[in-house]
Amino acid sequence: MDILNALVAFTNFVVVPATAYGSQLALGALGVTLIYGVLRFSNFAHGETMSFGAMVVVLVTGLFQSWGLSLGALPTALLALPFGILATALLLLLTDRVVYKFYRKVKAVPVMFVIVSTGVMFVMNGLVRMVVGTDDRRFSDGARFVINAREFKAWSGLNEGLALKTTQVITVVVAMITVAALFWFLNKTRTGKSMRAFSDNEDLALLSGINPERVVMITWLLVAALATIAGTLYGLDKSYKPFIFQQLLLPVFAAAIVGGIGNPLGAVAGGFVIAFSEVTLTYAFKKVVTYLGPDSWAPDGLVQLLSTDYKFAVSFAILIIVLLFKPTGLFKGQSI
Amino acid sequence: MSFLHASEMRGGYGGADILHGCTLTVQKGEIAVIVGPNGAGKSTAMKAVFGMLKLREGAVYLDGEDITGLSPQERVYKGMGFVPQTHNIFPTMTVRENLEMGAFIRKDEIEPTIEQVYELFPAVYEKRNQNAGELSGGQRQQVAVGRALMTQPKLLMLDEPTAGVSPIVMDELFDRIIEVAKTGISILMVEQNARQALEIADKGYVLVQGANAYTDTGANLLADPEVRRTFLGG
Repeated sequence: MDILNALVAFTNFVVVPATAYGSQLALGALGVTLIYGVLRFSNFAHGETMSFGAMVVVLVTGLFQSWGLSLGALPTALLALPFGILATALLLLLTDRVVYKFYRKVKAVPVMFVIVSTGVMFVMNGLVRMVVGTDDRRFSDGARFVINAREFKAWSGLNEGLALKTTQVITVVVAMITVAALFWFLNKTRTGKSMRAFSDNEDLALLSGINPERVVMITWLLVAALATIAGTLYGLDKSYKPFIFQQLLLPVFAAAIVGGIGNPLGAVAGGFVIAFSEVTLTYAFKKVVTYLGPDSWAPDGLVQLLSTDYKFAVSFAILIIVLLFKPTGLFKGQSI
Repeated sequence: MSFLHASEMRGGYGGADILHGCTLTVQKGEIAVIVGPNGAGKSTAMKAVFGMLKLREGAVYLDGEDITGLSPQERVYKGMGFVPQTHNIFPTMTVRENLEMGAFIRKDEIEPTIEQVYELFPAVYEKRNQNAGELSGGQRQQVAVGRALMTQPKLLMLDEPTAGVSPIVMDELFDRIIEVAKTGISILMVEQNARQALEIADKGYVLVQGANAYTDTGANLLADPEVRRTFLGG
């Protein structure tokens, strides 16, 4: 029995990565949920929006690096983030003006919007590939670790090391700041409240003199910021790969729906539910079990419930279970 | 001319007309009630007054000004407040936020008006930090009326405010409505509970097939044997 080593191994391989991944999903799901709440459709182009934002950040980061600009121990990408948000905001406002506005005017049904957003997804996807191609890019610089596994072993005297990457810490901190700022905006400011009012009861919001076009514009601006931050954090943590974002769409939607779509608090909770489920179910528990049981009980297999290839099946399964048994999600969202 | 003067309104939702020359007037500080059988066009008449229905013929004057061509939002700016029959609150926002959203078009200090609404509806004050969607039917209606009062309207229109609430809550709501009228706000109300509504009405309109059948003071209509027999069940 070696509870301490088991705990460290579990923290190192499950808790830390899942927390970082959960923060990224939460930010992505917040964008999806805002669009659903205000514009009333599931935006399938959200993954590509994240990709576009991250791409701009990658390019601007490269430019800054060539100028010798850096933030020391922190990644240069943080400095490039505002530019990514700005570019994404312009892209989304342009898309709204050229595409979505027309369908709002003719009062198209939500499923029409979903199909239109799928078209937008392909266009954005092509745009990103035209600009940067499909290659994998690493763009994180600065200090690599906050806690190094080897140093942790030497310090604690344990067999198991605990590593904490700078990008993981930054992911969680930036996500916390972003979520706090968003909730402050939605709950305390007049504009934020008018967005919630519009999402709650569109007709009554109109009667109260709330300008729908302004609400829509502000929603896109917030979505641009959320998507760019989510995409950049995901890219910093892993690497920037344009193809990955289409796959990321599934866990992001699963997070939004599990939490209760249209409910921002639910999106955050859903992000962590999905991330922890994915990581826990695909983690090989052999080490942890070996530490916990008597020596002779050490398992021969990996004690892994699912191969990591199936990680998307986890979010898909959770998504279906939630839709079947609790369509409004864990927190009271709108039913799909 | 009366404060609200909607004359000879004709129109419907495409196709056939629902209103066939319906006329409604309300004086300042007066309570006017529209009653009538199902499908008589009561709610439609009110929607026409508020600009949610395009009129084919007829005109609507508010305080002497022709507002026939204005959208509902523009009419709110002109001093009309409207409480729809259903979906009349923001359910996931707190009661206080509901009131704040009611005052969205105002640029001046809204705190005194919020205090007035709290005074008028003690239940609203009590539940101010709770989500409006979690309240009972009667409390919701009070929030809905409070929200409409936040623009400081000169004419308040209520579409069946007592639909689906208990008789006790109904009496209380009517009491509150009388108090609102006492502050000088004109009230135009559609009601299913015809007898109780006519009791508090300065003026009653009995609508049949989109046209005025009887128009008189509430008390006279209640006393009229013909009206009693046909519309009030004896």
